[in-house]
Amino acid sequence: MINIPAMVPVLCYLFILLGVSWYVGTLQKGRSFVTEYFLADRSLGGFVLGMTLIATFTSASSFLGGPGEAYSTGLSWVLLAMIQVPTGFFTLGILGKKFAVISRRINSVTVTDFLYQRYRSNAVVIGSSIAIIAFFIAMMVAQFKGGAVLFESLTGFSYEVGLIIFGLVVVFYTAIGGFRAVVLTDAIQAVVMVIATVTILISVLLKGGGSTALVDVIAAENPLMLDANATARPTILSYWVLVGIGLLGLPQNTVRAMSYKDTDSLHKAMIYGTVVVGFLMLGMHLAGFYAQGVLEDVPANSDAVIPMTVMQLLPGFWSGLFLAGPLAAIMSTVSSLLILASAAICKDLILHFHPRKSPSDSNIRAISIAATAVIGALTFLFALDPPNLIVWINLFAMGGLEAAFFWPTVLGLFWKRANATGALCSMIGGVGTYVAMGQLGINIMGINNVCFGLLAGLVCFIIGSLATKKPDKEVLLTFFGEEA
Amino acid sequence: MKDYKAKDFQALNKQLKKEAIYTCILYALFFIWWYATAYGFADAPQRVWGLPLWFFLSCIVGWLFCCVGVTLLVKCCFRDVDLDAYNIEEIPDTSEKAGDEL
Repeated sequence: MINIPAMVPVLCYLFILLGVSWYVGTLQKGRSFVTEYFLADRSLGGFVLGMTLIATFTSASSFLGGPGEAYSTGLSWVLLAMIQVPTGFFTLGILGKKFAVISRRINSVTVTDFLYQRYRSNAVVIGSSIAIIAFFIAMMVAQFKGGAVLFESLTGFSYEVGLIIFGLVVVFYTAIGGFRAVVLTDAIQAVVMVIATVTILISVLLKGGGSTALVDVIAAENPLMLDANATARPTILSYWVLVGIGLLGLPQNTVRAMSYKDTDSLHKAMIYGTVVVGFLMLGMHLAGFYAQGVLEDVPANSDAVIPMTVMQLLPGFWSGLFLAGPLAAIMSTVSSLLILASAAICKDLILHFHPRKSPSDSNIRAISIAATAVIGALTFLFALDPPNLIVWINLFAMGGLEAAFFWPTVLGLFWKRANATGALCSMIGGVGTYVAMGQLGINIMGINNVCFGLLAGLVCFIIGSLATKKPDKEVLLTFFGEEA
Repeated sequence: MKDYKAKDFQALNKQLKKEAIYTCILYALFFIWWYATAYGFADAPQRVWGLPLWFFLSCIVGWLFCCVGVTLLVKCCFRDVDLDAYNIEEIPDTSEKAGDEL
């Protein structure tokens, strides 16, 4: 059955996003195009910076998979989700200023750009570009898939129709408006996510007669739901690496540290980001947990918990309002990945290896917009029927990106001795260890393999760096203001 | 390459390293709070709004703790810095120039 009232808020919302992007597209004239298109001219304020950071790492899993796990596992899974709360301030507090100053100093626009200036190695450029393009496309396909399934279940339209409607919107607004459109829409999406979280949390609590009554019902059914130890401790602790410290390395997070206006914005972003991401994580996962006491039917899988709850509790229009939340989470993640994948091809590969002596602005503009549109279209086609290769890459995407970028980024900024050999060894050793362990099905005490990937990456980095010569004097002066 | 206020830049690096360390300390404090309350109170029978005490302390109070902590961190330990004061003019970027000419 097609749910027309639910479509009203969703369509209104998509039109607003397109409007923002169109407006931003008209602003691009007469500025340095590359910095504007890929970095919004380094002009982000505190609210937008905070919201874009958290909207990027709040994805389909925060609205569907995670709360679904909280439904079946209980409060220990909410405990796990809360690990993500300090991640925003951690990233900005450690990398924020250093990245902003250095990227202005060397005029870098992308993370790969930064890595090139630090390590002066084309191999590092190629390695990081490939990692970004492959992992990002796989992650985008997974996000698209999650969104289209949700769309199907809540509106009654088919998977393909859902994908066409919101998939094309996100590709279109990213291609036209660039990074500025991405971050402005991210800020809007973060607000929408908060509204959606409030909506579902209140409706679950009202239906169940309040928190105390609901918890009593759930505990009577299965007391393990209230047990902190219901999720194994090594597993939960390894999430401190996977969705905690490890996020420091993700290019989609670090690039935001290059894009803000001044330090006051950074400071505000750290506060706003922490407040809002805590609310989203706590609210959505608690809603998933409470749903255990409210849902009448048993869901087929954990992703179905939230959609079923919404269908049962919220009538037409309101379910559309909720649907906008996870769609926002998905679109904001996809748009951020898409603009970076495009930057990887355009800025890091094409312009890096074929620097234009005197190219016309429209030339670079055309390449940038075309690259974004082509990657977007490709991702869209993959999402219609995900190829096995993409599904396979996605299994390793998050941890793989962390293994590839964590040490080259962090040690590049804070360790003077770090050099290109170390960075390359770390990328290959880290990703290699991580993927190999996953492929061979090795699992030690339930610890997420990303921990071993990062450990291998660190060892490779140190050995590789110490075995070869120090970075050039010029590099040291640029990055540290001193030679030794 | 010109000498671009190398001394100032070194001083800035020192300050930024300090800020990074303070950030790590707050992160570690949150981790300790999160771990100690979740597992230390795991068997406490008290309930807050029906939720077990460990959950209330670790997840709800922990979140508030984090918000207050980051506010203090930013207000007390972080300094305002002029981000553009350390630029180097010498490194040309051809892709950039193209846009500026128009």
